Amino acid sequence: MTESTLETSGRNGLDESGAQNSAVPPRSSRGHRFTSYDVRAFEVPGGREEDWRFTPMKRLRGLHDGSASATGSLEVEVTGDSAAKVETVDRSDERLGTAGAPADRIAAQAWSSFTEATVVTIPKDTQAAEPVTVTVHGPGQDRTAYGHLQVRAEPLSEAVVVLDYRGSGIIGDNVEMIAEDSARLSVITIHDFADDATQVSSEHVHLGKDAVFRHFAVSLGGDLVRVNTKVTFGDRGGDADLLGVYFADSGQHLEHRLLMDHAQPNCRSNVTYKGALQGDSARSVWIGDVLIQARAEGTETFELNRNLVLTEGARADSVPNLEIETGEIAGAGHASAIGRFDDEQLFYLQARGIPYDQARRLVVRGFFGEILQKITVDEVRERLEAAIDKELAAAGE
Amino acid sequence: MATLEIKDLHAEVDTEEEGSKEILTGVNLTVRSGEIHAFMGPNGSGKSTLAYAVAGHPKYRVTSGSVLLDGEEVLEMSVDERARAGLFLAMQYPVEVPGVSMSNFLRSAATATRGEAPQVRHWVKEVKQAMSDLEIDESFSERSVNEGFSGGEKKRHEILQLDLLKPKFAILDETDSGLDVDALRVVSDGINRYTESGDKGVLLITHYTRILKHIKPDYVHVFVKGQVAESGGPELADELEESGYVRFTGKKEAAAQS
Repeated sequence: MTESTLETSGRNGLDESGAQNSAVPPRSSRGHRFTSYDVRAFEVPGGREEDWRFTPMKRLRGLHDGSASATGSLEVEVTGDSAAKVETVDRSDERLGTAGAPADRIAAQAWSSFTEATVVTIPKDTQAAEPVTVTVHGPGQDRTAYGHLQVRAEPLSEAVVVLDYRGSGIIGDNVEMIAEDSARLSVITIHDFADDATQVSSEHVHLGKDAVFRHFAVSLGGDLVRVNTKVTFGDRGGDADLLGVYFADSGQHLEHRLLMDHAQPNCRSNVTYKGALQGDSARSVWIGDVLIQARAEGTETFELNRNLVLTEGARADSVPNLEIETGEIAGAGHASAIGRFDDEQLFYLQARGIPYDQARRLVVRGFFGEILQKITVDEVRERLEAAIDKELAAAGE
Repeated sequence: MATLEIKDLHAEVDTEEEGSKEILTGVNLTVRSGEIHAFMGPNGSGKSTLAYAVAGHPKYRVTSGSVLLDGEEVLEMSVDERARAGLFLAMQYPVEVPGVSMSNFLRSAATATRGEAPQVRHWVKEVKQAMSDLEIDESFSERSVNEGFSGGEKKRHEILQLDLLKPKFAILDETDSGLDVDALRVVSDGINRYTESGDKGVLLITHYTRILKHIKPDYVHVFVKGQVAESGGPELADELEESGYVRFTGKKEAAAQS
């Protein structure tokens, strides 16, 4: 696979090897987006809107049209480093919603519907040596739950937070990730649901001055998982790295929509997502929007999405989009590619005696390798490697 | 004493313009251990197709004939089984495998062909020695397989694998093409080290006679239109160097130094 790098406002996803792929240039600004905490401010989406055109609306199970009222709740468990302060708060807590407002109807529905929120705080100037793990269990099959979580790293603090979604059900939630001035926050989000689950999650990331934010998004399980991630910068010097891996099986719809909103000078963002797809109707969508506002001089940004289509019948859509409103940037670019599983690579490895299954594993692990090796929590990395091996073994024949 | 027998092999490939097209039109050839066969022919004669068909590349369909390795039918084996049975193909265009380190790849290949994982300490030494013999910098072992390698670096790594895996039979597909004089010497030395034990068989596919100054063939075959047109000793290569393939094709095409 090769890649194409477009240096200006972009369109497209390159179809390099005949894998199915769609690419439509955006009609209007995708960066400047309407937001509101009021669900009534959003029209019920029909499915043709730019924001929804890739999403199978029926499989949202009513999250988008108000018909899914809460019939269950999320079970949230926090373990790990004791430096983290964990609170369960009600809706009136004034800290909630400060990282960003909902940008679509489901996010607003989740905001309007949650009853209690979990707030994890890393106190000022505190280094959490061990990861903090937040495990969120779904409400159970055919039950609906709305949730709200906030992870806040106070100034000069440092922590790794693992957000581990498991179980069944229909889930709409908002997650705030806040790295205050000079904080270093890493969040590893794992969407590893049972086959029936539907989740639409909106992540609001906000960086203070000189804050460093690292995000690993991992999507493996669930019938439909749609994650919106918006990063905003409150001051100069913010540095955000967002890495993602996903593995879509037969029937799964995994959608990741990212927006890097550069409104401050001298900030950096880097987005790298890689996905593999296998089996009939396995589907992935990646939308990578970057907005560099007029005052965001000295911005440096790059986004990349790669997809590996392992079998016929799987489909990946990849749409990078860059809007630049200032000429004074340090660098901006994007690349997107969808490639078929490479028979030549398999042949080469097998021609050296390496059996088919192992050769396939090597190629796919190699594909994900550059991202996986950056995951510093060993057990998470090993769990992902094992999950990928398991996915491959399941459809290896 | 091992034998590789190719008998009346026919193979075709799907082309965009003409549909399926027969490339190999009945190849007969026997290579025994200890022998070096130079396999020469003009461009488009099907030399590479023969190499790929024997190795089992999915793009080439064998329609009839047989390939026997010590009496066992190779065509019934999967690609990796062929390699584990002792066949090796040094490719003309080695494939890049991003994210898989050369060291991981070599170790996986050695484990597969030897039937057990090599002992770490011996293995590290062995690889180091083989790399230094081929004048390959140590840093290559942490790079992804063939990724960003120059043409010459790729060829050296093919021979590195040959030296480490020590197959019974090696098919070297234009390993000499695109090499400068120094690289040609290094690669040829590597091939000669491999055959030194006297129990290896080599099918050296080449368009030009240049590599035969470094590697002395026992037999020379001229391959034209998917068949062996003539077989002889080293003197046949001398004739090709003098007059090219014109006697076989009716067209002037040089076989001398590229």
